[in-house]
Amino acid sequence: MKLFVSTPPHIRAHEDTRSIMLDVIIALLPTTAAGIYFFGYRAAIVIAVSMLTAVLSEWIWQKLAKQTVRIGDLSALVTGLILGLNLPPTAPWWLACIGSVIAIILVKQLFGGIGHNFMNPAMAARGVLIVSWPALMTAYTLPAVFPGVDAVASATILGDGGFTANYMDMFIGNIPGSIGEVSKAAILIGLVYMLLRRVVSWRIPVIFVGVFALLSLIFGNDPLTAVLSGGVLFGAVFMATDYTTSPMTRLGQSIYAAGCGLMVALIRNFGVYPEGVTFAILLMNIVTPLIDKYLNPRLYGAKKGAKKNV
Amino acid sequence: MSDKKTARGVFVNGLLNENPTFNLVLGTCPTQAVTTSAINGIGMGAAATFVLLGSNVVISLLRNFIPNKVRIPAFIVIICAFVTMVQLLMQAFLPDLYSALGMFIPLIVVNCIILARAEAFASKNSVWLSAVDGVGMGLGFTLAITLIGCIREFFGNGTVFGINVLGGGYDPMLIMILAPGGFIVFGLILGIVNAITNKKKAKNMQEADA
Repeated sequence: MKLFVSTPPHIRAHEDTRSIMLDVIIALLPTTAAGIYFFGYRAAIVIAVSMLTAVLSEWIWQKLAKQTVRIGDLSALVTGLILGLNLPPTAPWWLACIGSVIAIILVKQLFGGIGHNFMNPAMAARGVLIVSWPALMTAYTLPAVFPGVDAVASATILGDGGFTANYMDMFIGNIPGSIGEVSKAAILIGLVYMLLRRVVSWRIPVIFVGVFALLSLIFGNDPLTAVLSGGVLFGAVFMATDYTTSPMTRLGQSIYAAGCGLMVALIRNFGVYPEGVTFAILLMNIVTPLIDKYLNPRLYGAKKGAKKNV
Repeated sequence: MSDKKTARGVFVNGLLNENPTFNLVLGTCPTQAVTTSAINGIGMGAAATFVLLGSNVVISLLRNFIPNKVRIPAFIVIICAFVTMVQLLMQAFLPDLYSALGMFIPLIVVNCIILARAEAFASKNSVWLSAVDGVGMGLGFTLAITLIGCIREFFGNGTVFGINVLGGGYDPMLIMILAPGGFIVFGLILGIVNAITNKKKAKNMQEADA
């Protein structure tokens, strides 16, 4: 018999970055499929270009910087996919390319790669794109399955165009919007899968949407319309839950999620942009280190009020 | 720094080795605010260089007469005089540039490059060296913010010095001429400069070891 001496931990979980990222991709599949179903092949092209550029950017950067190439951990693929789902189906191919390069090079790799990005890369890239090309980023079209019309520029429910839809269409995704955000049903299927696989906890999505719905009610909007329109649900489920840019403790996550909900409600009701999910999440991403610093759990055995290990 | 300063050394120091923007990281407020185009960068740089030269010379001339305790207010008064001159001259002869730079012309008074050079250099060195330092630092600042201005104008407007270089088909990346673009470009250049400086330092250390 052979005996080994090793340091703990002795029991290891099977999860690694790759398996978690794979779960996220599986959770995103219903949303992706719904987006392609509603908007047709153009949506598929936008998503494909975005994913390809993201992986390619990561590969080229890691080659140039003489780092270990880690595109196999699938994190760049997930970033590309989420970014693609955040673009309108009419987005030109170069918009997806620029977005992916910004996400991977500027936000992720320049700050030290996976686990070191200070903002959610896809979200930050969307922020840059929407500030740079506001017209292209909001060139929404009606879903292709609408009877009689095809790819007509249209206002969203959030704009001033007076577009209205019933709850069912909004829930299924039969409304104009970004590729991934329209089908709330598909997003919820993804959330249930991630909860079952314990990839994310319920805390951030539920508190985010809950606080937002409550504030919408206070500001005099129909909370159900508010939640079902725009990117609140997609942001709360797939973007705010990013491990690197959300707090570590439960209380911290609750504060972070409530802050996201508050900021979305404020921007939607009082800001110049019709939608505020991007900026709300980016803002709370930046606040995350601060939340973690002040809610650092007491070290086991340390005295109460003792200097915290920051 | 204790060895004897030559005019050439002082000049190169301001222009490159201790570039006020990229090495000393001074005057970052105008660096962010006015660099939305290359021409704005040059205009701001020229104005600041003029003020630097004037204030450095006058402060150096008066360095033995200004009491130590009130030196900062005295420096500020001298700097203000030159800024007022620049402002009036620009308003009279370059009204377009004057309106483009707006508030940031009078704010040259509180540009920390100028006060820093007065405090760190002009109040301790001869008139000739102070003048050279003023020009070197001023040109270093001009070079830096014109470079940032070129990059931001190129991406944000498709032009450089107002000349269209990317053609009509280019859809400008608006963020580059908005505030975030200033921070992104400034940060990237600072990163590159730091990388080069660190490499040089490591090389010097290796040579010293060998």
